[in-house]
Amino acid sequence: MKLFISELFYELKKNKGSMIGIVIILFFIFVAFFAWPLAPHDPTFIYSEFLRLPPSFTPGGNAQFFFGTDDLGRDLLSRLIYGSQVSLSVGFAVVILSLITGTFLGVLAGYYGGSLDKIIMRITDLIMSLPSILFAIVIVAVLGPGISNAIVAVSIVAVPNFVRIIRAQVMVEKNKQYVLAARLFGASNFRIMFKEILPNCMAPLIVQATLGFSDGILNCAALGFLGLGAQAPMSEWGTMLSDARSYIESSPWMVTLPGLCILVVVLSFNLLGDGLRDALDPRLKKQN
Amino acid sequence: MKYFLKKLLDLIPTLFGISLVCFILIRLIPGDPVLNLIGERGADPARYLEMKKALGLDLPIYQQFWFYLKNTLQGDIGTSIISNNTVWSEFIERFPATMELGFIALLGATALGLPLGMIAAIKRNSFFDYFLMSTSLIGYSMPIFWWGLILILFFSVKLGITPVSGRIDFLFDIPHYTGFYLIDTLQSSVVKENGFAPLLSALKHLLLPSIALGTIPLAVIARMTRSSMLEVLGEDYIRTARAKGMNKYRVIAIHALRNALIPIITTLALLFGSIITGAILTETIFSWPGIGKWIVASITARDYPVIQGGVLIISFVIVLTNMLVDIIYYVLNPKMRS
Repeated sequence: MKLFISELFYELKKNKGSMIGIVIILFFIFVAFFAWPLAPHDPTFIYSEFLRLPPSFTPGGNAQFFFGTDDLGRDLLSRLIYGSQVSLSVGFAVVILSLITGTFLGVLAGYYGGSLDKIIMRITDLIMSLPSILFAIVIVAVLGPGISNAIVAVSIVAVPNFVRIIRAQVMVEKNKQYVLAARLFGASNFRIMFKEILPNCMAPLIVQATLGFSDGILNCAALGFLGLGAQAPMSEWGTMLSDARSYIESSPWMVTLPGLCILVVVLSFNLLGDGLRDALDPRLKKQN
Repeated sequence: MKYFLKKLLDLIPTLFGISLVCFILIRLIPGDPVLNLIGERGADPARYLEMKKALGLDLPIYQQFWFYLKNTLQGDIGTSIISNNTVWSEFIERFPATMELGFIALLGATALGLPLGMIAAIKRNSFFDYFLMSTSLIGYSMPIFWWGLILILFFSVKLGITPVSGRIDFLFDIPHYTGFYLIDTLQSSVVKENGFAPLLSALKHLLLPSIALGTIPLAVIARMTRSSMLEVLGEDYIRTARAKGMNKYRVIAIHALRNALIPIITTLALLFGSIITGAILTETIFSWPGIGKWIVASITARDYPVIQGGVLIISFVIVLTNMLVDIIYYVLNPKMRS
């Protein structure tokens, strides 16, 4: 495992894109962790005398509010900083939820095959045939708007990706000699599935988990934008964007900044995911 | 032929599953649907029971599902609580708007993405290749609900050259024949009255939403074309063709592209689903009167029959398109036939 990680990192270092991705992700993790000392203001405090103040480096700005204030007079920089907390934890929660469920179902489907496989694949096909945001919207409409329901909805939508990847991998692995050896030793099905086969399916899982981060963050922000995700006064980038829509002409900075944050975070996870895929997939390595 | 039959039979459980999901979802919504309909205040017990009976909610759940399935098969997928129109008529009214937007977006994305991806593959590891691949990754990561706002900010607010919302100027009253404004504005009666101004207006309205909607497909198509081309260009028959002394561009355009197109077409089909996803966000931003905006509005208004019926039709459309693509794929790729 240690060797695997150092080898992976060695491969990754050669890929400029994924290094940039890692640096940006680490930056946002740092910001999220130290939001409290970093943020100059309380993200929910309303400075009613400073409504929609432009950023301090533009005419009309106030040095007290670096990125200006929003329509209620809250400091935008502080809200963006706290927003990174929300987005990263949302992405993390989505990946963990969908990873665990998807891996479990995928291993079962791939290992046992037969009718269990058929049922699981039918359900995943069904979820995949619906557009992800639409399905997530409907789930949130049923559960009620809110950040935790949005996480659940986005996770459900993400599960099929994991199921498919793991299932395909397990179907290859289960016919290998070491599985037979384990069975001859009298290992239980459960042990074979999760202790023998699963560790050999890690490579595609790591890639999918990284890409799942960006999907999760993007979809939750989209739900927030539609008013179905995080609710006021929580500072979430998507929700901030939807609040800012009405002021697009007079206060463009309120629109520009939260979206830029979403783009940069999503992009860096995609960069890392791409780099990981190249590093972990020997078939692609040969081509490049 | 056997293949088509198998595909058709495959549809049945999928469509059944979708209907079941829609049926269950609507019953999972907290609160009493009858009270939702008539309002808690107007709920005198006699009216309540009458309503419950009219909705068929007094029957056991499996019978309810049976009736729901029967109605769906007969084309009755419910009536909007708000407007009292059938869900189907509301859908048909809005579907062309989404189709027009999606079609133009996909067309633009393909027209741009295909050549860009090809050039990147041919000039592999060049500056252009790196530049295109990094911009396409940015495009791929784009939150389109933000991208749409940025486009409005630049083109409408700063430059003032494009309208912000809707499909056409209110000045023009276009008769709806096809529902596609680019076609309807070309009718002789319209042209006689207003010249090509309505068409121009429709195009202007279409510009920003289709850029917003087409960005992710453009990125995906460019990347897919590049990798697909690279794979094909490494094949033996390409080397043979080149060794025969065939013109380089002829080899690329005829031999390589034809084989590279197969995965690209599959990608295009998969993009269809993402177009509908994107349409939900794009239409909300640009107030485009299509099905995306319709679904979001019905969720805000808690118009449950519309949510249920709308999701049902949209998923049917997607499943049918996917089947169509499988068939096209089958026809295009001789390997599949053996």
